[in-house]
Amino acid sequence: MATKSLKKQGSDLAKSNKQLEILSNGIFQNGELPTFKNKISESNQFPLKAKTLEILQVNVGYMCNQVCEHCHVDAGPDRKEIMTQETMQQILDVIKTTGAHTLDLTGGAPEMNPNFRWFVEEASKIGIKDFIVRSNLTIIRANKKYYDLPDFFKKHNIHVVSSMPHWTRGKTDKQRGEGVFDMSIKALQELNAVGYGMPDSNLKLDLVYNPSGAFLPGDQAAMEKDFKKALMEDFGIQFHNLFAITNLPIARFLDYLIASENYEDYMYALVEAYNPNAVKNVMCTNTLSISWDGYLFDCDFNQMLELPVNSKAKHISEYNEELLEGRNIVISQHCYGCTAGAGSSCQGSVA
Amino acid sequence: MQKTYYDPADLRKFGKITEWSEELGNKFFDYYGKVFEEGALTAREKSLIALAVAHTEQCPYCIDAYSKDGLQRGITKEEMMEAIHVGAAIKSGATLVHGVQMMNKINKLDG
Ligand code: SF4
Ligand code: SF4
Repeated sequence: MATKSLKKQGSDLAKSNKQLEILSNGIFQNGELPTFKNKISESNQFPLKAKTLEILQVNVGYMCNQVCEHCHVDAGPDRKEIMTQETMQQILDVIKTTGAHTLDLTGGAPEMNPNFRWFVEEASKIGIKDFIVRSNLTIIRANKKYYDLPDFFKKHNIHVVSSMPHWTRGKTDKQRGEGVFDMSIKALQELNAVGYGMPDSNLKLDLVYNPSGAFLPGDQAAMEKDFKKALMEDFGIQFHNLFAITNLPIARFLDYLIASENYEDYMYALVEAYNPNAVKNVMCTNTLSISWDGYLFDCDFNQMLELPVNSKAKHISEYNEELLEGRNIVISQHCYGCTAGAGSSCQGSVA
Repeated sequence: MQKTYYDPADLRKFGKITEWSEELGNKFFDYYGKVFEEGALTAREKSLIALAVAHTEQCPYCIDAYSKDGLQRGITKEEMMEAIHVGAAIKSGATLVHGVQMMNKINKLDG
């Protein structure tokens, strides 16, 4: 398990251009594998176009209490990038004018942003249909000042989506750090205790499963069944849905793939599992991702690779629906991760 | 890299065997696909059986393929190792049970 972000380690891979160089050269440049652009062109799906905006995903900062081995954000306690209240206000102003029905807060650990609660309170007044917070669970147990988060979430009818690599301690701790499993279990029990995740409850609690190594996620429905059975039998925990997400080859996961000599095999596996039917539903087509400093991206992955939206409106302060709708989405080889098998998005399978 | 009889990259080419005998190749892959569909046994159980057989058959391609398949299904390494022991127990039992034939023969010839 990593203890520092790549950025703090001064790693070359902390630089987005270095990551893009690795992704574009080698097996893709020498023609062993088709580029993503060529692949989607086969089914006339290039260029990928943005549809009407439905989901605003806001990354409120890269600071996190964990340093997970596969983090695509390269988040950690040493990351200081944090969204200001001013940027949050700009986002709130935009939400009021768009038809976006989902607001999805992510990070890092979004709860660590000092303006997090203010933002949730203000945003929940606007009447968003689905208000998601991607909570890493352990933050709820990390420090006294977070102990009331389950009640706070409940008060604002937040939809909690949390990562859980496996129902066993060993696999979870290997990916996310020693002790993470036990803390996550405790946090899930506390969420259950206030009503989250109960079969008839409106307090939505979903889990995200992403593989702990260089392999693709299995069938989402089968994994959900196994997770539910194990968490119920072992800990009496209930939750609603499991989203199976493919790890995209960027940041710390890319670093891991290269260090473990799995990079090429993984890319072969992604390309082999390419599913043209998943392309039309990739999340970038109805989502806009906003970085901690207010810049606009097609998705959180493009944000990390510093590939800004292909539009004149590049910052939330310049938001303009006409300029953004129908834009060409910026793609690279990492997009194979969203179109492998049943496809992968922040809401799990798409095909 | 040192040349060996087995090349892990050959597993990716498995599908190509249909090129030299399309009809039989396709029939095999249809059959193979059908066998691994969820049935009276779950796909998870079938994966563990395949892993155990891959070991008793000592096929490195199948071992790679079903180790990965198990991981994708969330099967733990402890479960996978137990499955291999089942294969190993059957394999050694099958060897040993033929000892009865040896005993019969010895008794007949040298009673
Ligand atoms: S994966 Fe999530 S919890 Fe883990 S370091 Fe990254 S942002 Fe934090
Ligand atoms: S990585 Fe981003 S841009 Fe590429 S397909 Fe996935 S969501 Fe779209």
